[in-house]
Amino acid sequence: MRTLSGWGRFPRAECRVVAPKGEVELRSAITSASSAIARGNGRSYGDPALNRETTLLLRHADRILDFDPATGRLEAESGVMLADIIATFLPRGWFVPVTPGTKFVTLGGMIAADVHGKNHHKAGSFGDYVESLELMLADGRVVRCSAGENPELFAATIGGMGLTGVIRSAVFRLIRVESAFIRQEILRTRDLAQTMEAFEALRDRSYSAAWIDCLARGRNLGRSILFCGEHARVEELPARQRSNPLAFAKRNARRLPPGIPGFALNSWTVKAFNQVYYAANRSGVKIVDYDRFFYPLDAILEWNRLYGPRGLLQYQCVLPKRKAAAGLTMMLEAVGRAGTGSFLSVLKLLGPGRGMLSFPMEGYTLALDFPANPRTLGLLSWLDAIVAAHGGRVYLAKDARMKPEMMDGYPEFAAFRKLRRAADPSGKFSSLQSQRLQL
Amino acid sequence: MTTVLVVGARSDIARAIARSYAGSGCELILAARSPDALAGDVADLKLRYGTAARAVAFDVLDTAQHGAFLDSLGELPDTMVCVVGLMGDQTQSEHDVAAADLVMRTNYTGPALLFAEAANRMVARGFGQLVGVSSVAGERGRARNYVYGSAKAGFTAYLSGLRQRLAQAGSKVRVMTVLPGFVRTSALADMETPGLLTAEPEEVAAAIRKAEAKGRERIYVRPIWRLVMAVIRSLPEPVFKKVKL
Repeated sequence: MRTLSGWGRFPRAECRVVAPKGEVELRSAITSASSAIARGNGRSYGDPALNRETTLLLRHADRILDFDPATGRLEAESGVMLADIIATFLPRGWFVPVTPGTKFVTLGGMIAADVHGKNHHKAGSFGDYVESLELMLADGRVVRCSAGENPELFAATIGGMGLTGVIRSAVFRLIRVESAFIRQEILRTRDLAQTMEAFEALRDRSYSAAWIDCLARGRNLGRSILFCGEHARVEELPARQRSNPLAFAKRNARRLPPGIPGFALNSWTVKAFNQVYYAANRSGVKIVDYDRFFYPLDAILEWNRLYGPRGLLQYQCVLPKRKAAAGLTMMLEAVGRAGTGSFLSVLKLLGPGRGMLSFPMEGYTLALDFPANPRTLGLLSWLDAIVAAHGGRVYLAKDARMKPEMMDGYPEFAAFRKLRRAADPSGKFSSLQSQRLQL
Repeated sequence: MTTVLVVGARSDIARAIARSYAGSGCELILAARSPDALAGDVADLKLRYGTAARAVAFDVLDTAQHGAFLDSLGELPDTMVCVVGLMGDQTQSEHDVAAADLVMRTNYTGPALLFAEAANRMVARGFGQLVGVSSVAGERGRARNYVYGSAKAGFTAYLSGLRQRLAQAGSKVRVMTVLPGFVRTSALADMETPGLLTAEPEEVAAAIRKAEAKGRERIYVRPIWRLVMAVIRSLPEPVFKKVKL
């Protein structure tokens, strides 16, 4: 038995962990268990990768199985880390089509949570690039799923939080890039209306996301720093990088000192940080390496400990475009009033989603994080009410505490449930989250 | 082209070691009882590092065939890493002779006799490196794992003696003893271990490569283990008998 948690370190649970080696061991682990869930690198925030009876640890199954340099088609086991994929293929001129904000996620996790990135408004989610996957079902059978083979199971597995089976391997496509650098544009906005206008005006940018000052109130409410980016072409690079555009300096990640108390992040420190951060980022254009642009937080290993021993609660929701301005204003006001400043608040425009339990839908997504404590739980219930009232939904990969009613935000939930019952009649695949939300 | 043979290649530590060598451009030979299970690893090494890799069948318990196995490889590898290990179940090993015997042969007799054959061939050739992954469990027999520990103690002693013999004979063949401590592998997935004392498989590989570069011959993967084991070794027997470790 081991005490496990998600990246938010809340909640924690005693779980029996099994790390099967290969297909035979995985099959016997699944068939002999009455309840199980797959876990990759444990980067979902809350409880979707926790099962007390059997948590199947798959991060050791991380082999790259096939790659076609003509098309960028990559086949790999589900435990392979995004960081490894990038380290292997970026020097050859390939990058992932969609990346979340950390590279310490596994391929299986990216599919199960159908992760999105700063390019969702143009490129869609990670699932849109998955050609096929191999899924081990509750009875131990391995089935191949794609748009042509078992299409319904394929659709349900993308974003399905591991509830249809265990993803053993997947085939997806990489995209061509000329350099390891991003041409970054920064635009500072004064308030929410201006931020949303900027997103619309800059729709054609490949990547865009805004850091939003969640403690700014009154006429500054919603003031943001919008970061846009394009994969830099060779001729856009500074002269010294042009000869070797795919080379990048590896940064040494730092670790936080141990024993950071829970009160280190409070409304004063967050406010001070926000003031400095807002002032320091002026509008302009510069060339930055991919690591700095996509994964600024990966530079601090175990940054989740910043929230002290009680852990953190991340909250990410999306509101449909039509109601976004009103809903976001209410949410930001609620956060401002509560005074529990969110250290990292991100706003982003999403494009149309792919249905089932996949999170993205056309509209604005807001991600906030807070220290895990009773006050935060109260605030988040209030935010849930705002999200529900505006026809939005909450991201399952970040959730640790919402109520089953919030699944109403997923119109295809009933269809997902039906498919899941057909694939796994006994409901073997389940997590603390799926039990809590009655998925 | 440097060729590296990794024996016991199905383990997580072995995979990390193979990747580290492949990343430096070495050619890899992965050996395990069922080489078919290594097809993914071979593909992985080729795709990640563009180096040559192949899998071969090898049974560490079949000691009579060790010499023939080495001769079947074509050229004798430059470096051989033995990651073979079987923890077994201590309680079972206490009562079941066959189970204890398997643990002993897998951790001691098999690896030691393989290195005996390999060392003689490397000495005749004039160069080579033998890396034995042993265990801190062999530093002092403890109630919770002394069957495994005693076998690892045998392997550690064997490596030590072999190293001294080769050095005194003026051979250039090097012998390295690796003492990993806790490693976050599939085998330890369900065990709560202190973070400070627990290494990732990649750290084991990195420690071996660093030791190789610096000419170190006996290494703890995490330096703190040197201190921990020094304390455990130095406990007087009357005290040691009473503490739970």
